[in-house]
Order: sequence, then C-alpha cells, then structure tokens
Amino acid sequence: MPELTDLSLLSAVEALRRGEFSSLELVQASLERIQRLEPSLQAFLTLVPEQALAQARAADHRLVAWRREPTAPLPTLLGVPVAVKDVICVAGLRCTCGSRILENFIPPFNATAVERLLSAGAIVVGKTNTDEFAMGSSTENSAYFTTHNPWDLERVPGGSSGGSAATVAARGLPAALGSDTGGSVRQPASFCGITGLKPTYGRVSRFGLVAYGSSLDVVGAFGRNASDVALMFTLIAGQDPLDATTLDLPVPVIQLNGKGDHNPPLRGLRLGVPEEYFIKGIQTEVEKAVRAAIEILERLGAQVKPISLPHTEYALPVYYLIAPAEASANLARYDGIRYGPRLPGEAMWDIFFNTRGEKFGPEVKRRIMLGTYALSAGYYDAYYGQAQKVRTLIKRDFELAFENVDLIAAPVAPTTAFRIGEHTDDPLAMYLEDIFTLPANLAGVPGLAFPVGFDHQGLPVGMQLMGPHFREDILFQVAHTYQQVTDWHERKPGIFS
Amino acid sequence: MTLSLQEVEHIAYLARLRLTEAEMTHYREQLSAILDHVARLQTLDTSGVLPTSSVLPSRRVLRSDEPRPGMTREDLLRNAPETEQDQFRIPPVFE
Repeated sequence: MPELTDLSLLSAVEALRRGEFSSLELVQASLERIQRLEPSLQAFLTLVPEQALAQARAADHRLVAWRREPTAPLPTLLGVPVAVKDVICVAGLRCTCGSRILENFIPPFNATAVERLLSAGAIVVGKTNTDEFAMGSSTENSAYFTTHNPWDLERVPGGSSGGSAATVAARGLPAALGSDTGGSVRQPASFCGITGLKPTYGRVSRFGLVAYGSSLDVVGAFGRNASDVALMFTLIAGQDPLDATTLDLPVPVIQLNGKGDHNPPLRGLRLGVPEEYFIKGIQTEVEKAVRAAIEILERLGAQVKPISLPHTEYALPVYYLIAPAEASANLARYDGIRYGPRLPGEAMWDIFFNTRGEKFGPEVKRRIMLGTYALSAGYYDAYYGQAQKVRTLIKRDFELAFENVDLIAAPVAPTTAFRIGEHTDDPLAMYLEDIFTLPANLAGVPGLAFPVGFDHQGLPVGMQLMGPHFREDILFQVAHTYQQVTDWHERKPGIFS
Repeated sequence: MTLSLQEVEHIAYLARLRLTEAEMTHYREQLSAILDHVARLQTLDTSGVLPTSSVLPSRRVLRSDEPRPGMTREDLLRNAPETEQDQFRIPPVFE
C-alpha cells in the first residue's frame, strides 16, 4: 500500500469509505508529515493538530456507522484533511493574512467556501502562509516568514498562495484552498508542480475572503491532479446570498472521461495559442515544455489555432493601477479600532497613522500609496479611469478569441521558480512574474494551471488553460485528458521522500 | 515622471500612513518607476471605450429586506484592542 499522504483526494475519499484506514490514521499521517517538513518548508502560519484529530475521530464514528448501514449518503469529503490560505476566514482560527496588522485576529465566522468544505466533511488542519494580504508572487512579503519550494528549498514556492501550494506539492495534504487576484493560485501551482484553479469571477463566493482587489479576487483550489481540483471546485462553487457578485448558475457535474471514451478524446476541441504569451524573455525551457504539451493535446485530437490577444502587454499596467486602487480602499478598515493591534496616539488620527505605518509591511504600503495616488483628485481619469477602459479592451480580446476557439493554452509564468531574495527590492521585476496570469483576472475568465514538464534544474513548468466565463468544465476535461497520458503531475519532490 | 517628496508625503497623508524619511525616499523612487511603467496606458486611444464596471453581465441583485440573526455584540467586540461598556474605545475626537 502507498503511503497515506501520497493518496490523491479522490483515492483518500474512496479508501476511507471502504474502511482501508481510518480518518484518524489519515489525519495523523498528514500531520506527522507536515510537522516533519515544517522546519524546512514553513508552509503554515497556524496548525491545529488537536482539533483536527478530534474531528477525525468524529468522522470515524460516522464512517463506521455508515459502513454498517449505508442509508443516508455521506458528506463528500468526510474525514479528509485540507488546508486553507490565511486570507480566508475559518471561525475560531487565527487569520493573519500574513500581516502584523491582523496578528491576533480570530474571525467569528467561516468564509462561504470554508463553510461548504466543512459541510462536506473536510477537516481543516491549518492556515497556510501567504504574501501579506495576498500581495506578492513569492510569499516573501509575508510578515512572518518565507515558505520554501519543496523542489528546491532555496527557491520561492510562488505566491501569494505559496503555503497551500507547497504543502500540497510536498504531500502534506491532498488539497487546499487559495485565492487568485492576479495569479496567486496558478503561479504557485506552476512553481510547485501541482494543479490549481482560478475559477470564473462570480463562481465562488468571496464572503470571508479578506478583500484585496474586489473586482479581481476569487477563491480557488489546489490539488495534485485535475480530478481532485474539480471535486474541490464543485464543492465550493455556486451562488451565495452573502456575495452579490455570485451568479445563479448551476454548478456543473464534472464527469471526467478517461482517454478511452472517444477516439481521439479531444476531437472537435479548438485550442487557441496566443502569440503574445510566447514573448522574448520567457525562459526557453518553459516555452519548450508548454509547446510540447500543446502538441500532445493536438495528438489527442485538439485543433490548434494561433490566436492574438493584442492588449496582453497592457495587462500589467492596468492591473497595477486597478488592484492597488481597490486595495487602498479595502485596507482602509485596518485602523487599530475594531480589530488588530493598536499603537498609541494622542488623538484618534494618530492611532490610525501610527498603527498603519508600523503594522503594514513594505509591499502593502507601496500598493496602498500607489492606489491612493491613482484615485486622488486630478489623477483619477488619467490613471484609474484609463485603466478601466483598457481593461475593457483586454476583456474584449478574450471575447473575440472565444468566438473562434473553445479554450486558450499558455504558459503560467515566464520562468520556473526563482531564488529567494532574487527580486525582493525590485517591485517591477517581481510584478513582471505575473504578466501571463493577470489577464484572466482582468477579464474574469477561469484559468487552470498544471505541470507539463521540468527544467534542467528539476523545477516544474506549468501550463494554464483559460476558458470562457463559467466553462471550468472544459478546462478540467482537457487537463484530465492530458494527465491520463502524462505523469508530470505524479512526480514527487525527492528531497523529502 | 518623478514624484516630489511633497507629493509622496501628501499621498502618505491621504492613506493615513506614518512613514519614516527613509521610507519616503524609497517609495519616491519605487513609485516613480512604477508610474513610468504604467504611463504606457496613456498611449492607447480609448475614445469610445467604456470603462469596465463589472466583468459579468449586469443584473438586479435584490433580496427581501427581512430581519435575521446577526453576530452577537460579544463576537463583534472580541477582536477589539480596547473596549468599554460594550463599545469600541477610542481617544476623544472633539476637544
């Protein structure tokens, strides 16, 4: 039998039902592995082993009763451990957002995505590290520590959901939640060699996701293959009265077919390859691996078409005006009055200035300043207004493309995982890591990242598929088909085995 | 474009951030570089293009306005740095 921690989410669910092992054994194995790896990986800001073990024992009672008399259906994820990025609220668990300004914040409610996972029987073992308020591409902006990439501990896991990606890749857990405002699920999935979904904007409730850029933010999921992420997605997706941007659309039942169902399995699929995503400066091995993956999809029956998304180069400047503008408004609430630490000040204003100046980290202050400037009197039209217009052009690029293709394939990031410290004092260089992930957030379309190879240093390369609004089902189907004929997603970082 | 130190100071004031002089100098350089980069947006002709207000089709989002249980006062005050008589405590705002 393989190690329990090597099991995929679906295998774990099925094995628990058959009684091959108990939830207690599974959660114990997971916690032991996490705790063994944690000194070198540093993926978690908070771990709650005792609470998780107690929930596992409770799950085992239900499983035993169900096996004796399988009358009512069991909750889908009953007894399976998961982790949650520390910008998503879990009632009673400290939620720092990777920031000192929330170092002692204990949310009194669950985010809707968490609520749905808990109702599905999942067990939250801890909260994972993130760049402060999800602002970053490496977890180096966490006020606490930097998470390390399990494929090379001297490198970043990507970000901002780097803790979730690192622990799933290192076999700490089969699945985890993250959030994606400009690539924060897809880029760490790519850097860590796992599968990660950024759903369509409005598909998964943002209630309880601490707001960064509200018109861009979305809760996403990580797993080790497309079927596991599809399962997580179907559980967390759907309309929520607590988030008015969620749409009243049925959540698709995702039936993932093996390769034998059609011949060839992807016949009829029109796959667009945008020239703007294969620019000068992209790491050669990244381009090679992605092009090789596109060839495999072609051999599986897809019809590959070159396409153009002409406004791609403007995504970076548009994003770095809109996201900071929204952040400057969203982060105004951290003022030392209702939650978080308070620094002394004579008048109330001094409390605001002192608390915010001291407790926000450098990247958060930089983005608040940038956003404040872009929204300030005299500059609004030139910066924020113009950015929202160019956003319309970027969105239109996708709409036009999807008239001719069913989905778009592109690299997730221009490089594989970079070294810790490589970009820390050059914000623009760091921002450039996001050029291929930002457009999907600006257009609101879904994106799925998964591994398609490794570079000569043994670092994973990711590809992303982007689809029309609310067509996550196609992304999963195509990635799953790819994963039936390749084994990149089954590779395991060697250092810990 | 290069921001002046006065401009950086003014932005920090608007954002209610107490910054050190070293931070001001640092942000002045970095924000100027970022603003130079985003300036390329000005070169695009966007006449006749509507700004994005939502990436999704606009629709009515209304619900019936009915009272329902909310969070308790205790829950809401639990994270506050200072409370008094079941309220958030702050220094005097008016002299």
